Amino acid sequence: MSKIVLQLYIAGHTPRAERAIGTLRRMIESELAGYECDLTIIDVLANPQQAEDQKILATPTLIKSSPPPYRRVIGDLSSVTDLLQVLNLPPKS
Amino acid sequence: MCADQIERLPTGITGFDHIANGGLPKGRTTLVSGTAGSAKTVFAAQFLAAGIKRGEPGVFVTFEETPDALRRNMLGFGWDIARWEAEGKWAFVDVSPQPDEEIVELGSYDLGALLARIEHAVRSIGAVRLSLDSLGAIFTRLSDTRVVRNELLRIVSTLRRLEVTAVLTAERTQEYGEIARYGVEEFVSDDVVILRNVLEDEKRRRTVEILKFRGTSHQKGSFPFTVIPGEGIHVIPLSAIELKQRSSNVRITSGNAELDRMCGGGFFRDSIVLVSGATGTGKTLMATTFMAAGVRQQERSLLFAFEESRDQLFRNAIGWGIDFEQMERDGLLRVICNYPEVTSLEDQLIFMKAEIDRFRPQRVAVDSLSALERVATIKGFREFVIGLTSFIKHQEMAGLYTATTPTLLGGSSVTEAHISTITDSIILLRYVELFGEMRRGLTVLKMRGSGHDKDIREFTIDSRGMHIGRPFRNISGILSGQFTHIAPSEIDRLSAMFRDEESSEARDQSS
Repeated sequence: MSKIVLQLYIAGHTPRAERAIGTLRRMIESELAGYECDLTIIDVLANPQQAEDQKILATPTLIKSSPPPYRRVIGDLSSVTDLLQVLNLPPKS
Repeated sequence: MCADQIERLPTGITGFDHIANGGLPKGRTTLVSGTAGSAKTVFAAQFLAAGIKRGEPGVFVTFEETPDALRRNMLGFGWDIARWEAEGKWAFVDVSPQPDEEIVELGSYDLGALLARIEHAVRSIGAVRLSLDSLGAIFTRLSDTRVVRNELLRIVSTLRRLEVTAVLTAERTQEYGEIARYGVEEFVSDDVVILRNVLEDEKRRRTVEILKFRGTSHQKGSFPFTVIPGEGIHVIPLSAIELKQRSSNVRITSGNAELDRMCGGGFFRDSIVLVSGATGTGKTLMATTFMAAGVRQQERSLLFAFEESRDQLFRNAIGWGIDFEQMERDGLLRVICNYPEVTSLEDQLIFMKAEIDRFRPQRVAVDSLSALERVATIKGFREFVIGLTSFIKHQEMAGLYTATTPTLLGGSSVTEAHISTITDSIILLRYVELFGEMRRGLTVLKMRGSGHDKDIREFTIDSRGMHIGRPFRNISGILSGQFTHIAPSEIDRLSAMFRDEESSEARDQSS
C-alpha cells in the first residue's frame, strides 16, 4: 500500500494556518490512523523559493502528491469530512 | 517641465515619457488598463525590458501567459528574457494556470504565498521595477473576490514598502466606460494609464491616455502609438512637442531663382513648405528642383516618394536636366519610394523618422502627402503630419510637402485644409483657362515671418524646369476655378485701390 504524502504551505502561523494544521492532525490521527502518512509543513515566509517552485498562490495550500490522483486544496480546511472527500481518502483499495 | 515634487522613473518606452512628463511616478503603482488586444502585456514587458537597458532589474508576475510563452513571444521585440534571467536581471513569478491543476477551495484563504514569492523575487535580484499581468486573471481563478481585493491591496502596499515602481495591467470590457473590471482601480487608483485599440473608419487605431497621476502633471488627451517588431510600443507625442520649435532667419534656395524672389529671398531653414496643385501642375518638379538645389550646395537631401516609381522619378528628373542617379552615387541624395498602402500611417511615420535619423539630411521632401491621406482616417492623418513636421523642424531641416487637389481647376485639397496651419509656407499651383488654352499659374499664399509676392504668376515647364513669368493681369477667380476675364482698365483701377494690401488679406482670399 502506498504512503500518503501531504504538504501544507502556510504563510506564517496565522489563525488560518493553525486551523488547517489542526484539521489535518485530526484527520491523520482518527480517519487515517491505519495508514502510513507523511505530512510536511512549509512556511513560505521562510522558504519562498519552494513556494515559487510549486507555484503556490494562496495560503494555506494543501498538496496531496500520493497516492493518485494529485490534489491541490486551498483554504483553512474547515471540516475533516469535506477534506477526506476532496482528497479521495482513505485510499479505496 | 514638471515643477512638482514627485520623482519620475523614465520608462524608456519611446514617446511615453514625453507624455508622462518624465516617466511614471517613482515608487508607486500604475494601473495600465485596456481591452483585449490593446498591448497591455507588451507594455508590461517593455517596462521591464527598458529598465534592464538602464541597469534596473525587474520582476514579472504573470497570471496569464506562461513564462515560456512570454520568453518566446517577446523575443520578436528583441528582448532576450532567458538571457536576462540567467544574468539575474529579470525574474518571473509564475502564477499562470497549470493545465492539469484543479484548485479546490475549502474554507478561507489569503494570498500570503503570492506575496512571499513576489517579495522574494524582488529582493533576490534587487528589482527596481515590477510588472503584474493581469489583475483580472486573479479574479477568474479564485472565487472569493473580497479576499482577492484585500490581498491585492496588501500586495500594492508591500510593493510600496519595497520601493519598486510597478505596472499592474487590468482588463476593460469596452473602450469607453469603467476603467477596469472588478473595480480594481479602487485600490490602485493613484495612477491610471489607458490603452485603446479602436476601430475607426475600418482602421485600427491604437492610443494611449494617461487618465491620472495623483498629485502630479502629465499631458492630457490620447496619443497614438504603434507596436513594432524589434522595438515594442512606440508612442507618438504630437501636441506635446508642437510649439517648441526653433525658427531661423537663414534662407535657402528653392532651386528656382524667381520663386526665391517671390518668397522674399528663398525658403526659411527649419520651415515646412506646402505645395498644392492638381495633377500635372508641376508639384513633383518642384520637389525635384528643391532636392537638386540642396545637393548642388552640398546639402544632403532626402526624398520620400509615394506616388511614382523610382524609374519614373529618375526619368522625370533627367528630363529637367537633373541627374538623381549621380547625386545618389555622390551620397548627397537619397530617394525612397514606398507604396503608402503597405503599412499603417503610424508605422510609416516611424519608418520615415528612422530614415531621416540614418541619412541626416538638411532637406526633406514628401511627394505627396495626399497619397498617404488615402490610407488613414482624418485624425490619424493630421497626427501623422504634425508628428512628421515637428520631427523635421526639430532636426533643423527644411521640408517640402506636396498635396494634390482633387479637381483640376481651383479648389483645395483635404490635405491642405488639415495641415495648412501647420506649415510655414504655402505655394499654390493652378491650371488657368485663358481664351481656350490651359496655362499654369503659381502664387505664394503664405510665407510665415516674411513678406512675399502676392501676384498670381504664369509659369511654364520645359526641359530646363520651371519658368515663372508675369502675373495674370486680365483674369480673376483663378484660385476658385471660376474664371472671369477683366478688361485692362479695370485691372489698373483695382490695383490702384489695393496697392497696400497686406498678407492677411491674401490669406483671406484662400478661405
